[in-house]
Amino acid sequence: MLKPVDILMVGVGGQGTILASKILAQAALETGYDIKVSEIHGMAQRGGSVVTQVRLGEKVFSPLIPPGGADVVLAFEKLEGLRLMSFLKPDGTIIINEQEIPPVPVLVGAAEYPPGIIEYISSAARNVVAVNALAIAEKCGNVKAANVVLLGVMACRLPFAREVWERALADRVPAKVLEANKAAFAAGYEYE
Amino acid sequence: MKELLSGNEAIARGAYESGVTVAAAYPGTPSTEILENFSRYPGVYAEWAPNEKVALEVGIGASLAGARTLVAMKHVGVNVAADPLLTFAYTGVNGGFILVSADDPGMHSSQNEQDNRNYARFAKIPLLEPSDSQEAKEMVELALDISEQFDTPVMLRTTTRVAHSQSLVEIGGPGARELRPYQKDPQKYLMVPAFARLRRAALEERLVRLREYAEQSPFNFIEWRDQSLGVITSGISYQYVREALPQASVLKIGMTNPLPEAVIRRFAAGVKRLVVVEELEPFIQEQVSSMGIAVTGKELIPNSGELDTGILARNFSEAGLLKMPVNAEAEGSTRSKAPAAPGRPPVLCSGCPHRGLFYALKKLKLTVAGDIGCYTLSGLPPLEAMDWCVCMGASIGAAHGVSKANPAMSGHTVAVIGDSTFLHSGITGLLNMVYNNGSGTVIILDNRTTAMTGHQQHPGTGSTLMGTAAPAVDLETLVKALGVKRVKVVNPLDLAKTLAVLREETAAGEPSVVISRCPCVLLTKAAKPAVLVEKDKCIGCKVCLRLGCPSISVKDRKALVDPVSCTGCGLCIQVCQEGALVKGGNGDA
Ligand SMILES: Cc1ncc(C[n+]2csc(CCOP(=O)(O)OP(=O)(O)O)c2C)c(N)n1
Ligand code: SF4
Ligand code: SF4
Repeated sequence: MLKPVDILMVGVGGQGTILASKILAQAALETGYDIKVSEIHGMAQRGGSVVTQVRLGEKVFSPLIPPGGADVVLAFEKLEGLRLMSFLKPDGTIIINEQEIPPVPVLVGAAEYPPGIIEYISSAARNVVAVNALAIAEKCGNVKAANVVLLGVMACRLPFAREVWERALADRVPAKVLEANKAAFAAGYEYE
Repeated sequence: MKELLSGNEAIARGAYESGVTVAAAYPGTPSTEILENFSRYPGVYAEWAPNEKVALEVGIGASLAGARTLVAMKHVGVNVAADPLLTFAYTGVNGGFILVSADDPGMHSSQNEQDNRNYARFAKIPLLEPSDSQEAKEMVELALDISEQFDTPVMLRTTTRVAHSQSLVEIGGPGARELRPYQKDPQKYLMVPAFARLRRAALEERLVRLREYAEQSPFNFIEWRDQSLGVITSGISYQYVREALPQASVLKIGMTNPLPEAVIRRFAAGVKRLVVVEELEPFIQEQVSSMGIAVTGKELIPNSGELDTGILARNFSEAGLLKMPVNAEAEGSTRSKAPAAPGRPPVLCSGCPHRGLFYALKKLKLTVAGDIGCYTLSGLPPLEAMDWCVCMGASIGAAHGVSKANPAMSGHTVAVIGDSTFLHSGITGLLNMVYNNGSGTVIILDNRTTAMTGHQQHPGTGSTLMGTAAPAVDLETLVKALGVKRVKVVNPLDLAKTLAVLREETAAGEPSVVISRCPCVLLTKAAKPAVLVEKDKCIGCKVCLRLGCPSISVKDRKALVDPVSCTGCGLCIQVCQEGALVKGGNGDA
């Protein structure tokens, strides 16, 4: 019996959440899960919120995770993590990238980017992993691999074998950036 | 072999596996990916039509010529295509014909959330509603079989959560492709009154046979569980019911028009309490109720927005129909201290050419009759330069109506319309303005693509969905042929020129067209170097922020330009009165 796992990925358009969800889905498929992935990516413009819901189990019905039902919230951006942390189960894990991408209301001075997000989340959730994924990705040779660093941090907490993840990564990432992405995945996997 | 496919990918796959050879559509979320995926299969033909009505008419022709045919559109597209659809229901088909209507409960990317199941009933055609990707694929094949067996177009209705959710699908091989022979048959196909009356009767006979068929359909099935509660459901709602009410008996209706009355009666007789769970309108509920069966539905669940497992669990337990374990809502107390999260609304991209035009319109304080596309975002702060937007193509007619009703507004009202939208349904509006001696200014935002839905080709781009070269319509010549004498072309990234042309044209007192021409920045690969800030010149006045460009911010009274996202479009350089923003690169760049 495969244990059901609900994962909510949140970020900002252009951060590579879609690639991360594809790798996750492939790894889950190989592990034998039933899968549903739901993505709302309304418009073509860059810069809106992107929310991807991935549900795994023996048999999955609804493609939507109920609020308070996510085992993992993987936040590619701090503010998006704050916005959607109500989806987290009381004993779930939130993995949060320390990157800040100010939305336009903040840029034009109509709102403030809330200070102390990580501190708040650490006080409100039991299992919090904060990661400076950009810095780690840069060390691995490609800042664009920050999404894969975060995927690695999540991967070591999910019930799939590491080789399964690595195969899915190799299938989904273009050959010329694969080395940097492998390093990024490993750095995430071994983080903390 | 199983693959993870979205509902849209599964529909495309289903069409390929069932021998569909012709498909036509106009893009619209959440339907667009159906044609994009279908067009990549070998040996098929697919095209973007300029609008949904034309797409459906192309489909009618293909079906009459004997091909299995698919036509796809978003829910509001069916409004545009309704005219041919309702009479095609009379003539019936030759090759199997499926119309995919992708509805958008919750309005993730739409201007309304109409329930298009009503169209199937209105047109008296069969309706299928899948609840995941596997069913979506199977129902395409079934729809084509029904279409040919009963000589009728068939509607497959999805919703955003089916169209855009991925689930596992069993993959099969390509279907056999045979053209059925065409036979001239005016009594069947030539809908003049005398023949249409015959077909009207045939339509009713067909419905009787379809009702019998629905009773046998394997897509209408009962799952007996606890018989104290029975739920009738369809589409994505089935998934929410299974998760929220795992004990309830369920009648899942896959074919929702015409309804299987005998199956419904059998189910109703077997349960103590009967509830219909469906998104949007009480489409099934009202029909069940009019069979004289005691049923509830919309008394318990909302008739607007999307449903989900949480809504069902809450409302059924409030009604005493579900015992819910008390949730650890305690977390809420800590959450109340959460810092407020500012919204992240979609905005025009850095370097979007629409920004320059709307900045100019705002400066001139014009009333702007709007239309639908990326540019509709300019109605939101800080630009706030669009007064209204109703449906595709509506801007020109509305601007003309304004000027006829209130001459005082006429020199101050302009219509703005995207290039794809103009070709979709703006041309007739402009023709009307010219014909009826209007005097408005129409601005065509020619960014060389259908940007909003993901950059599809259209008749102005010079290329097709299949990737072949095509003649590109010449907008200047086209509007001149409609009778417009004043036609100007501006680059919206040149603010001074744009302002001057807009002033001149709105004062002209006769129909005029301004073509605001500059490609969508996501189409132009090589960005110019990012704009630089000369810190000592910046006085922190924030005038540049009025552009609403996501690359510009002001911190500690100094402007900042994000060097990664800035595309060097140069609008802010023209807006800053202090000369603090300057072109990047060093001359030779
Ligand atoms: C009848 C109908 N069909 C399709 C859509 C979806 N849709 C909205 S705007 C649009 C086209 C936008 O293209 P364009 O006018 O060129 O503006 P752009 O987004 O490129 O700025 C489409 C396909 C709709 N809203 N209504
Ligand atoms: S996708 Fe193109 S048209 Fe749409 S906002 Fe971005 S730059 Fe503008
Ligand atoms: S860059 Fe120019 S417009 Fe922007 S704040 Fe500085 S002085 Fe004002």
